Amino acid sequence: MSGLSLAIQHNVGDFRLEVTLTAESGVTGIIGPSGAGKSMLLKMIAGLERPASGHISFAGEVLSDAARGVFLAPEHRRIGYVFQDALLFPHMSVVENLDYGAKRRGNAGVISRDDIIALLGLERLLTRRPHHLSGGEAQRVAIGRALLSNPRLLLMDEPLSSLDPRRRHGILPFIEALHRQLDLPIIYVSHNIDEITRLADRVIVLHAGKVAATGNVADVLNQPAMQQLILGDDSGNDDPAMIVEAHVLAHDVAQHVTELSLGPAHLTLPLLHRPIGDMVRLRIHARDIAIATEPLQGISVQNIIETTITEITSTGAGRVDVTLSLSDTHRLTARVTQRASDKLALVPGMTVWALIKSVALASDSRSSN
Amino acid sequence: MSDAVFSLSLSPGEVQALWLSLKTGVVGTALSLGPGIAIAWVLARKNFPGKFWLDGLVYLPLVLPPVVTGYVLLLVFGHNGPIGHWLETQLGFVLAFNWKGAALASAVMGFPLMVRAIRLAFEAVDPKLEAAARTLGARRFDVFLSVTLPLITPGIIAGALLAFARALGEFGATITFVANIPGETQTLPIALYSALQLPDGDIHAMRFVILSLVLAAAALAGSEYLARAAQTRIRGQA
Repeated sequence: MSGLSLAIQHNVGDFRLEVTLTAESGVTGIIGPSGAGKSMLLKMIAGLERPASGHISFAGEVLSDAARGVFLAPEHRRIGYVFQDALLFPHMSVVENLDYGAKRRGNAGVISRDDIIALLGLERLLTRRPHHLSGGEAQRVAIGRALLSNPRLLLMDEPLSSLDPRRRHGILPFIEALHRQLDLPIIYVSHNIDEITRLADRVIVLHAGKVAATGNVADVLNQPAMQQLILGDDSGNDDPAMIVEAHVLAHDVAQHVTELSLGPAHLTLPLLHRPIGDMVRLRIHARDIAIATEPLQGISVQNIIETTITEITSTGAGRVDVTLSLSDTHRLTARVTQRASDKLALVPGMTVWALIKSVALASDSRSSN
Repeated sequence: MSDAVFSLSLSPGEVQALWLSLKTGVVGTALSLGPGIAIAWVLARKNFPGKFWLDGLVYLPLVLPPVVTGYVLLLVFGHNGPIGHWLETQLGFVLAFNWKGAALASAVMGFPLMVRAIRLAFEAVDPKLEAAARTLGARRFDVFLSVTLPLITPGIIAGALLAFARALGEFGATITFVANIPGETQTLPIALYSALQLPDGDIHAMRFVILSLVLAAAALAGSEYLARAAQTRIRGQA
């Protein structure tokens, strides 16, 4: 067993956390609504809370085993933790914060101190006090501090949720870079579908203390039932979105665009800084797709894809969701008015053109909270 | 009033009283710092049966008549008191009727103020900061020294200065416990009180009043300066 493996049960009042999971290399996203037990789970992995029963082990080493009375203190676990608020030490400069863990664990970390400073863009901040950092800067320092403590696993607990959407987009690329450049398993907790879509290799949905689903990000998060669980109430119904996996085909730097393949179709996006062949997940909102019954000329919308209607469902309030299939595995959902649907005489099996008005990497286009 | 009131040269009696006040105040405050930090930490961070009673016991000197506190000290630490007797016979250490007893009395009287200030400082430290330090590899005591202690320094300074200021004004418990012995236990307020008992003591008394004022103002200014310096160290230069 190379990664994390745990099976724990814990009660706090009426709430019961009962989770069994494994996390290997790459980014494991844990998503769920507030109160699902996500933070409690992370605290138990880090050793900041003690599970009432069950065991936690990493790479074969037992970190916690209630039955045998084993409980390794957090300082001995070598598990990095990035909290929701950066929690930098206010009486130390940025560089003192960065070196806090390194001084105690040795500096033989996953990558060198200079590389981490460069990766997170901290060069100009080193002498500053946390007091004088913006939220995004502080969170980057916190990530650097955790990485420099020589961790073998990194836990990130909603690291972006205390930032405004603009800062959030500023920091996402840094976290993606970590993911691509470090050979460090990461457990990334969030209640934000866009963040998980963008960052995670696989996802675990946590709801009311239990694992509701686990597996491939698009497969799990495209299930309406899962969206319902994560978003609570029926806000998922309000603005449904499909996660699709596309691949980078080519960049046109002069035009400032990147071409992606989405199954048989091609999409054009504002220039992405991703290598050719890379998989990127897109989250395309149903409201951003219009439908035409014939290919259109002379229109500013660039992404027009030929599709087949597979299903039409009424969502009430005079609107219908039209499921469009590009191939066996690639689907989109368009939300149009009932009136438009009737006028165009949309029926399953019909060939239509999907006009995608807006498409961007998950979490770049908008924030969904 | 005559110029004698404002004369800058201090009489031997005045020097003695001033010196005694400073000595008992500094020693009493210094000795209560350790226990003060420990008890403030326990009260701020721990829950245990009997916390309510410990809390009450610590604050008791604040609400009891000082004479009662002094009398209890005399019963416990006097020649025939259980602890006083033990200290005297085992270690040859006498507290009754000397300046060490005065220091103890001022320490006890200032203790609640000190604990209160430090406890508030502990409560203002986010426990999540300490948790973060532990995930970075610091053991509990290391976390205390490297994170908690630096962050509560302004509170410790404030608490120590409060206790010191309280010690300078200490009268009731001191005079009850160690009496009024010039050169041994006669601190500024007690000297002032003694001067008032004399038929022609007005000028002497006024000089003690001025001395007390100067000392109190200096202590306040010192605490303000130290607190600002500590605050700057934590927050960094603006």
